[in-house]
Order: sequence, then structure tokens, then C-alpha cells
Amino acid sequence: MKALRWFAGMAAVFAMAGAAVAQQPIKIGMSMPQTGGLGAGGKAALVAIRMWVEDVNARGGLLGRKVELTAYDDQSNPAMTPSLYTKLLDVDKVDLLIAPYATVPTAPIMPLVKQRDLLLMGNFSFQVNHTVKHDKWFNNAPWNNAASWFEGFFQAGQKAGAKTIAFLAADQEFAQNLANGAKELAKKGGLKTVYEQNYPPTTTDFSSLIRAVRASKPDLVFVASYPNDSVAIVRAVNEIGVGEGVKIFGGGMVGLQFTPIMESLGSLLNGIVNYNSYVPGMNYPGIEDFLQRYAKKAAAEKVDPLGFYLPPFNYAIGQMIEQAVTATKSLDHKVLADYLHKNEMKTIVGPIRYGADGEWANPRVVMGQFRGIADKNVEQFRQPGKQVILYPEAYKTGDVVVPFEKARK
Amino acid sequence: MPFSFELLLEAIVFGVLLGCFYAAVSIGLSVSFGLLDVPHVAHPAIMVFGAYCTWLLGRLGLDPVLAGVLLTPAFFLLGMAVYRFYYEVFEKRGSDAGVRGIAFFFGLALIIEVGLILAFGVDQRTVEAAYIGKSFSIGDMRIPMRTVVVTVVALVLMTVLTLYLSRTFTGRAIKAVAQDEQALRLMGANPMRIKQWAFGIATAVAAVAGAMLIIIGPVDPGMDRAYIGRTFSVVVLAGLGSMTGTIAAGLILGISESIVLMQFGASWAPAVSFSLLLIVLGIRPQGLFGR
Repeated sequence: MKALRWFAGMAAVFAMAGAAVAQQPIKIGMSMPQTGGLGAGGKAALVAIRMWVEDVNARGGLLGRKVELTAYDDQSNPAMTPSLYTKLLDVDKVDLLIAPYATVPTAPIMPLVKQRDLLLMGNFSFQVNHTVKHDKWFNNAPWNNAASWFEGFFQAGQKAGAKTIAFLAADQEFAQNLANGAKELAKKGGLKTVYEQNYPPTTTDFSSLIRAVRASKPDLVFVASYPNDSVAIVRAVNEIGVGEGVKIFGGGMVGLQFTPIMESLGSLLNGIVNYNSYVPGMNYPGIEDFLQRYAKKAAAEKVDPLGFYLPPFNYAIGQMIEQAVTATKSLDHKVLADYLHKNEMKTIVGPIRYGADGEWANPRVVMGQFRGIADKNVEQFRQPGKQVILYPEAYKTGDVVVPFEKARK
Repeated sequence: MPFSFELLLEAIVFGVLLGCFYAAVSIGLSVSFGLLDVPHVAHPAIMVFGAYCTWLLGRLGLDPVLAGVLLTPAFFLLGMAVYRFYYEVFEKRGSDAGVRGIAFFFGLALIIEVGLILAFGVDQRTVEAAYIGKSFSIGDMRIPMRTVVVTVVALVLMTVLTLYLSRTFTGRAIKAVAQDEQALRLMGANPMRIKQWAFGIATAVAAVAGAMLIIIGPVDPGMDRAYIGRTFSVVVLAGLGSMTGTIAAGLILGISESIVLMQFGASWAPAVSFSLLLIVLGIRPQGLFGR
């Protein structure tokens, strides 16, 4: 009888310990650029991920456990991300990982996750898995290869009868990947390259470069730039001009999707053809509700008030984790990766199906042309038509206006 | 890019404008590092702080140049306070003040950067003025008006400082403390107070330079890093403490960068400042205008 009591007591202790383990939160870890050049986008993206954490916890969490997010500031500095992710794994003991926003901070952590065979939810990176070929990588960005990015840009160029092209690209991983892809497409399309220039990320004034672009008299000007450069380039174009012969200007300018930058550039944006992830008028189930809720949070946290570019796709990361964990009832990275590879994800940015490389099987990069933008008016960007969708065909709202100088007016 | 005289001319004209901007952002450092021998690596950070203050005043409707000028008294006092602290904690204590001073000013730069991030966030800030975003044409050449404004301000700043240092009693005292601190002490003057005054002037000039910075383009809290190398190159190239030399060095740097950027490639442009510096130091260690 005494032994029976002892066993009963031990069983109770183990049951309580088990319950305690069950009560431990599921830890999700990431770094996010909250300062530095990518900070504006990163902070807005983080608001969206935290919204998902709140939502999923309000629904009772995952597998009956609360979800807890740890997000360190990587200062947009790629040198910091490997150590931050090592800390997340070895010190914080997180269960799941989300990548930081953008290519440059993400690229250095790819060898780490590949070596440890971990699931990594990508966050608007471009081709960081191209050479690593990690089978547990899943990017939330609506593209896969360079063709998916710029098919719209080059289609519009062909329609406009373009024969020559100039390339201007930042001398860093993301912009170089983009520009190299775009160069291949241009070659395939029979476009002659008349100017090609990489500029160092520390460049502050682009007047000389824009003069050189103008002197080369291209039909298309393809720019692959990061936020601060994009602003300086648009201003220099406004002052110096790129020449009457340029039909289309833009392509891969990061930053022209961020509200503070769009607001500050205002009418200078008119005529630019640039990529985007979402523009008003693209109706995905749930996105309107998300954007309304996001707008309130963004106002409180003083981040991008519109949040079209990154936040919905960051919320979608959470939705995908939720769908995979709920369906598999597991936190095992292999099990989750198998599920993500085989099933269609339902998100507020539409259905997502992944290819073998962890990029979207059916990319949906928007190529839009800014039209009728006035100065100092944030609210105008909520209206459909301020960025006319040229591509993809399924969402097309108009044709490109050329030449660039005419489209600017 | 094939060579053309038209492009070369444009590169030279823009190089002159760029050079004056480099001179404008280096003049304060020419005083603090060139004359006072203070390793003021926080100079660009103070400049960025000045740019943010200009932005704040710009929201009240003030012209950026006027805002920069109005900021000078406050920055003068700030500079005096910073130097006093540096003097008491580092300079007064011994021969390794230089090394520890660099650490102090790096720390100061970091504090300013983090403070700006906390106060204003990470977004870029811009100002508006009638001459920003506009350009005028000379033949086929279009010249941004903002660069002309910066050039004029740089020339005025240089003239005022040159006259102040050569014609006024305090100005001459500043030059004297740069030449022989001990001799000045024997004359009954207090070198610390003169250096404190001069550092105040350098910081006040940094406020105007900050206004130039935000006129040239958008600023963000981390922008100072891009200017540490360039400003020190200009000052050393000029010959420590030479105001005329600062303008000349700025012009040499601006024109060289502009030509290299346009004819050979933008990736080579940052290397220009340090290559020029090495060449000049090899041939003339005291700098172009140094004695």
C-alpha cells in the first residue's frame, strides 16, 4: 500500500511537470532591422508579426501553448545577424526561426540554418537560397527568380519599342542579384546595354551618375537601389533629368514602397515604373481588415502608416506557421518543412504554394507606374490608381505611359 | 563610358560644387583637429545633429540656411561644454590623451546617433526650400540650385573664419595656441580657455555644416559614418588648420571624385580621397597649405 502511494505521488509529480512543460510558450525568434537603412521597413514588419502573435494567442495559442516572440535589432547590419541567430538558438532556445527583413541581413545566416538543418521562414529576401539550396527555407516574398521580378518591366519596355538599356545598381548583394538577373533578361530580350554602373552604398549624391546615364541616351533605365539611394536618385533625376529619350525609368528601387519615402518624394514619383508587393485594388481575403487594424497600431508606434509593402507579408509568415503547426501538431522542423512544401498556404496575401527552392511557385510581383501623385498627401496612396498595375495580367489596371518625361507630368 | 569633353566639363563643374560642399562640412574639423589637435571624430555626428535641429526649425517654416545660422549660439555653448569635459577628463591628465580622446569622441558620436534614433526614429528627414529640387541650365548643363547655395555658404564661412582668425585678437590667440601653447602660457594667457572658445566655434560651424548636409540630401542618424573619412582627408590634405587650404582640398577632392565617378566608375570614387591623401602625405607631409 505504501509503495502504491509512493507511485501515485510520483505519477502526480510527473503529471504536474508535464503540465508545466505544456504551459511553456512556443518561442519564435528573429532579428529585425529596427535601426539603420532598413529600419523603417523592419519596424513596420515587426508590428505585423506582433499582431499575428496577439491574434494567435487570443485564439488560444499553438498546440495549447502561448506564442512568444523574441526580436533583436540587427541594425540593418549583416555582420550582426549570425551572432544574433546563434544566440537565439543556443541561449534563448527558440523553437522556430523567422529571417530578418531583406536580403543583406539574411544572407549571412543561411549557412548557419543549413548546417543545423533548421526551418527558416524567409522575409523578403532575394535569391539568398540560390546557392545554399536549403530545403527548409520558405520565403514570404511574392517572387522567385529575376524573371519573376522584372517580366513586367521588360514587357512594358518591349511594348514601348525600347532597344537600349542603362543599368545603375548598388554595390551590395541584393542589388547585384537583381541587376544580374535583369541583365540576363535584357540580353534575352535583345536589348543593348549602353551604360552599366555599380555604385558604393556610401554614395550620397547621384548627380554625376545621372548625368552619365543621360549621356548614354538609353531607352530604358533600370535601377536596383536601397531606400536611401532610391530617394537621392529620384531627387537627382528631378534636378538633372535623364533625357527626353528615356521611355521607362525604375525597376528595382527599394524604398519607393515605404510610406514616409513616398510621402516625402510626392510628385517626384510620377512616371516611375517600379516593383511592389501589394497596391490598393488587389483584393485578397482578409487584407482590408488587416490593414485597418495595422493602421491603428502603426500610428501608435510611429511606423509606416499604410504598411502595404511588408506588413501583410509578415503577418502571412505567422499565418503559415500557424497553419503548418496546427495541421501537423508538431514543432519538428522536418515535419513542418514537408507540410509547407506539399500544401497550399492560405494567407491575407492570397494563396501561396512553394517550389522546391522555397520560393513562390506562382510569383505575383507587381510592376506599377506612379501616376497623378500630389505632394504632401499620405492618404492619396490608399486610393487604387495611384500606382497603375502594369503587371501581372490578372491584376492589370492600365498600360504604361511613355516616354518617362511625359509620364512625369 | 566613352570619353567626351562635354562630360568632362560637367564633371569639373559638378566637382567644384561637390568640393565646396566637402569644404563646408570640413571647416569645423579644420579648427578642432587642424588647429587644436583634438581628435574630433564626432564632428560628423555633431553635424548630423545640426541637420536634425535644422529639420526641426524647418518645420516652423524657417529656411534651412537661416536655421543653421540661428543654431550657432546653442552649438557654440555645446562645443564649449564638450571641450571642457574632454579637457578635464582626458587632455589634462597626460600624454596618452590622444588615444583615449579618440575613444571619447567615438563614444560621443555613438551617443548622438543613438539619441537621434530614439528621438526621431530611423526614417530619413528632409527639408524644403525654394532652391531644393530646382535646377537651372547653362547650355545643356543642368545645375542643382541646392549645390550652388551650399557653395556660397561654404565660401562665406571660409571668408568669415579666415578674417576672424587673422584680424581679431581671439582669432590670433587661437592660432597662437595651435603654434606654441607653452609660449602662450608664458604670455599670461590661459590656453585651455582659448581652446574651449575655439572648440565652441568649430561646433557652431558644424551646425551650419549640418544645415548644408540636409540641403544637399536627406539625412538619417547613421549618416555621420560616411563623412568621417572624407572630412579628415580634406583637413589633412589641406594642411592642418588652413582655412584656404580646406577649400582647396575640398575642391581637389570633389573634382577628382567627380571625374573618377563619371569616367571610370562609382566604385572607385571613395578610394580617391584616401589615395590623394597618401600621395600628398608622401610628397608633402605637412599638407598642401601647411607650414
